[in-house]
Amino acid sequence: METMAISRLGINALVAGVLALGAPTAMAETPKRGGILTYMIPADGGPSLDGHRETTFAVVHATAPFYSVLIRVNPENPSSTTDFVCDLCTEMPTPTDNGLTYTFKIRKGVKFHDGSPLTAQDVAASWNKIVYPKPGVASARENNFVMVDTITAPDDETVVIKLKYATLSFLPGLADPFAYIYSKKKLDEDMHWYEKNIMGSGPFKLVDYQIGQSIKGERNPDYYHPGQPYLDGFVAIFAPKQAVRTDAIRADRAALEFRSLPPSAREQLVKELGDKISVQESDWNCGNVVTPNHKRKPFDDVRVRKALFLAIDQWKGAQALSKIAIVKTVGGIVFPGSPLAATKEELQQMAGYWPDVEKSRAEARRLLKEAGQENLTFELLNRNVDQPYKIIGTWLIDEWSKVGIKATQKVVPTGPWFDGMRSGEFDVALEANCQNVVNPIADVGRWLPHAVYRENYGFFDDPEEVEIYDKMLKETDISKARILMRQYETRINDQAHQLMVTYWYRIVPMQSYVKGWKISPSHYLNQDLANIWLDK
Amino acid sequence: MYRYIFKRVLLVIPTLLGAAALVFVLMRLVPGDVCVVRLGSSGGTFDPKAIAQCHAELGIDRPVVIQFIDFVWAFLRLDFGTSMWSGAPVTTEIWARLPISLEIAILATVIAIAIAIPLGALSAVKQNTWIDILVRVFAVGGIATPSFWLGIVSLLIVLNFTSAVFGTPWMPPIEYVPIWQDPIRNLAMAFLPAVTVGYRYAAVSMRMTRSAMLEVMQEDYIRTARAKGLINKLIINRHALKNALLPVVTLIGIEFAFLIGGLVVTEQVFNLNGVGRLFVQAVQNQDYTLSQALVMLTVTVFVVCNFFVDLLYAWLDPRIRFS
Repeated sequence: METMAISRLGINALVAGVLALGAPTAMAETPKRGGILTYMIPADGGPSLDGHRETTFAVVHATAPFYSVLIRVNPENPSSTTDFVCDLCTEMPTPTDNGLTYTFKIRKGVKFHDGSPLTAQDVAASWNKIVYPKPGVASARENNFVMVDTITAPDDETVVIKLKYATLSFLPGLADPFAYIYSKKKLDEDMHWYEKNIMGSGPFKLVDYQIGQSIKGERNPDYYHPGQPYLDGFVAIFAPKQAVRTDAIRADRAALEFRSLPPSAREQLVKELGDKISVQESDWNCGNVVTPNHKRKPFDDVRVRKALFLAIDQWKGAQALSKIAIVKTVGGIVFPGSPLAATKEELQQMAGYWPDVEKSRAEARRLLKEAGQENLTFELLNRNVDQPYKIIGTWLIDEWSKVGIKATQKVVPTGPWFDGMRSGEFDVALEANCQNVVNPIADVGRWLPHAVYRENYGFFDDPEEVEIYDKMLKETDISKARILMRQYETRINDQAHQLMVTYWYRIVPMQSYVKGWKISPSHYLNQDLANIWLDK
Repeated sequence: MYRYIFKRVLLVIPTLLGAAALVFVLMRLVPGDVCVVRLGSSGGTFDPKAIAQCHAELGIDRPVVIQFIDFVWAFLRLDFGTSMWSGAPVTTEIWARLPISLEIAILATVIAIAIAIPLGALSAVKQNTWIDILVRVFAVGGIATPSFWLGIVSLLIVLNFTSAVFGTPWMPPIEYVPIWQDPIRNLAMAFLPAVTVGYRYAAVSMRMTRSAMLEVMQEDYIRTARAKGLINKLIINRHALKNALLPVVTLIGIEFAFLIGGLVVTEQVFNLNGVGRLFVQAVQNQDYTLSQALVMLTVTVFVVCNFFVDLLYAWLDPRIRFS
């Protein structure tokens, strides 16, 4: 219902900020069959192969081609934040029972790669593993489905999901790209089987997996989407070093990497390869967040926190930073392409987004003086990752210096960075907020106080904020949800809990013979390779 | 000679056991917890019960002494257990990476020996001539240039050169293929890293060969050989070089062992899925079992290399085996 309602309102047209530069050409051409796609995964590989357990993109980029999902973001229109389509189901369901019951009809004749039939029982078993993991079984997205009451398969072609309350966040959550459908038989035998093995019903079958080096797949002749996949197979090579990946694309050792390269790499490749390279770009449902530690003085004072935000010129900063870093668009707590996102005019009313930066900085100085913090010094806890953490951190320190704040940057590896935030041993942290499917109501849950959302490291309490969120979570009318979202965002900004700074920007240069793939606002999405073909 | 070999083999056992104890203790002194890394490395929070369960699953909730006894007993049975990070057997994890590391080490050693011994000897024989100066400059260059920098530069040179000459940029493959499957592809991948690593290795060995040769050339037995009227070539090859090789052999042995696990940056530059990269991942992930096994592998390689170096000593200088 949510999808349909949004569609009726014509909100699909609001996919602002998303550019898919290569898409129009690809749509006009007829796909060719055959060939092996070689691409790189910018990581060393995930701890396990189980999508239900893991959160890293390295697992999705390596294993999504082997699996089916129940529903997904439309692979032909992945830049849309509201276009969801069936993968294993036959038709997107219309919820019944006041939005509490979703009934999915499952395709007939789908087979797992071992030849066994895939039925609704497998779908229900997989989703029950995600939503209600047994003791000792890890499920990374269990908390996204607190609204789910039961998941059942009354027969082999029907899956029924009953909710405790109707919410706009359910359907986008269901399109999670990690929610692979596993074989119930395998799960019954061993709930951990999929951590070390691959066996799905997706467009490609596993050929070979070399730990830490590569994973290979071949075309699944029994795939249920007619004509797909177009490729004979693929080779994914783990390549954590950016220089190696850029050189490999240049020398055509690999056609692309699906995550993102920085602007300098794009320019280098375009300059050197000319029309042999094509580039797709998109706003990214990821961004950095400035988090003052409310438990530490003087950041327990809202005036000091607000001064931090007012000192930053996001509009000019984003423009300049986009030349050297994977960032571009200024946005609030909701992804700018979403119908629930703040408009530019709405943003400019909030601290940290004022259009007149001099006025904003004058107010910052006034607040600091009023709080007795004219000579404020502190340490910014940052992650030891260049793109874009260290660049953003350095820029922020420069911005703060313009109102007399002396900040230093403590750059540490990922583990100690998380440890520092979890333990509350920091003044101000530069966090990241990275989501997969654009699911505004679920995505903004991370701004809730630590007591409600344990991964919020601002360590503040705000019952009023929680109350607004609860109302929004259970609101099914999109226009009312939008109003609540503005109240929620304004509350966070008024209390200066945390500040979103510049959304990231995906830049995917690829050999121009790669066709069919379309960029999305998340590097987790549209990775099953079924619609990719090679024009060579 | 056999008695000498037997004594040397016996000495290997306490060395390995001592190393095992040291590795075990050092790994426990490193701050951090594999379960925290595993459950929270992506920023997620976790229930303390989940951490306790993870500790129990991995057996790290038991007393350290029990863990040590288990470790030593498993080591004696050559059972290295499973990786705490991936859950895969440690032998599988290492075996996937060892061939490329071993190949690079062997190739680099061959390159180093082929360059270092002739040039080092030549440099000593032609002391203070332009040849000597040229060789010394070459050697100092090799010592001063970091291998990873040389790797990056050599890759860029290859890319730009092939682009300019053939119109299409070329670089070595970034995916390992065993030599028995596709020798050309395999060597195309391994050659450049072997050369960049081998250059430094050659430079160090060359300096050692030169100084050892210079010392030996002053010995009485060389003067005697000259007085006997032996031709220079025979004096150098048969009398001087063989004796000068003792310190060079030691150095080559140590360098070879280092290459097995020490090519961390070079492996990253060339996207080699080698033991060095695995080492870094294991330490980052606080993976005790894998780190311990990798350290033991490196220690074993060092011990075995030293063993062979000792045997070579005995062969090069018969006085050693009888002393």
